[in-house]
Amino acid sequence: MLRSRYQDIIAQTIVRIMVPFVQIYALYVLAHGHYSPGGGFQGGVILAASLVLIFLVYGYENALERLKLATAGRLCSLGVLIYAGIGFLCLLLGGNFLDYSRLAPIFQVSLPRARSLGILGIETGVALAVMAAMYSIIMDIVNSDTGNGESHAAGHEIENGETSSDGK
Amino acid sequence: MKTFILALIIIAGSMLIYGTQDMPNWGDPQSPASVHVSPYYIKRSIIDTETPNIVSSVLADYRGYDTMGETTVIFTAAIVCFLLLRRRDEDEGDR
Repeated sequence: MLRSRYQDIIAQTIVRIMVPFVQIYALYVLAHGHYSPGGGFQGGVILAASLVLIFLVYGYENALERLKLATAGRLCSLGVLIYAGIGFLCLLLGGNFLDYSRLAPIFQVSLPRARSLGILGIETGVALAVMAAMYSIIMDIVNSDTGNGESHAAGHEIENGETSSDGK
Repeated sequence: MKTFILALIIIAGSMLIYGTQDMPNWGDPQSPASVHVSPYYIKRSIIDTETPNIVSSVLADYRGYDTMGETTVIFTAAIVCFLLLRRRDEDEGDR
């Protein structure tokens, strides 16, 4: 049932207007995590919520056109890779694991600034991983059990239609 | 059996409540948690990381290794849902 397209012009129009703002707000929450509540986890969840909104109102296939499940899996891996990669980069540059101050020579900034940029980098990785994971989990759950049930339900509706027309 | 379980729960619960008697008061500035690392983070966060939000600097910098574990947990959850739930019969292609 959830896989079928939800036909409502009001909901579709509102979602089409809302989704860009939701995504911009997600990026704001991600990038502004240094100064206000927020960060990678929250920004990633809001990004995933915008995709789930598209799925709920425009349907399963339409959401897959925006972000394929294979791509989501790759993005999720990429997010964890960014996080661990920054950690190992610090290791290679002679510091401890995730010691962002070692990134200072790369960015040509002071040590505290490098740590601030390192936080932003790993928050981006977290946001990618969380966004792709939430989207992937929800799409998997929806797709797990509706395959045969949907066709049965559709057949049942047609049967009902035929019987009612016979009754007349 | 039910009475035994109930007795077990009551005993464990009363032990937990007894244990709270030794805990510091809520918001006590002299509690061990408030005098050990918290002052360091509050004093050093803006100097070390140029990040006004102490929560962010603790989460992603001072305790970055822990956050990497959390990210890995979410990644693992997505992988497990993929392995257990995704149907592969009809969509062999790249979707």
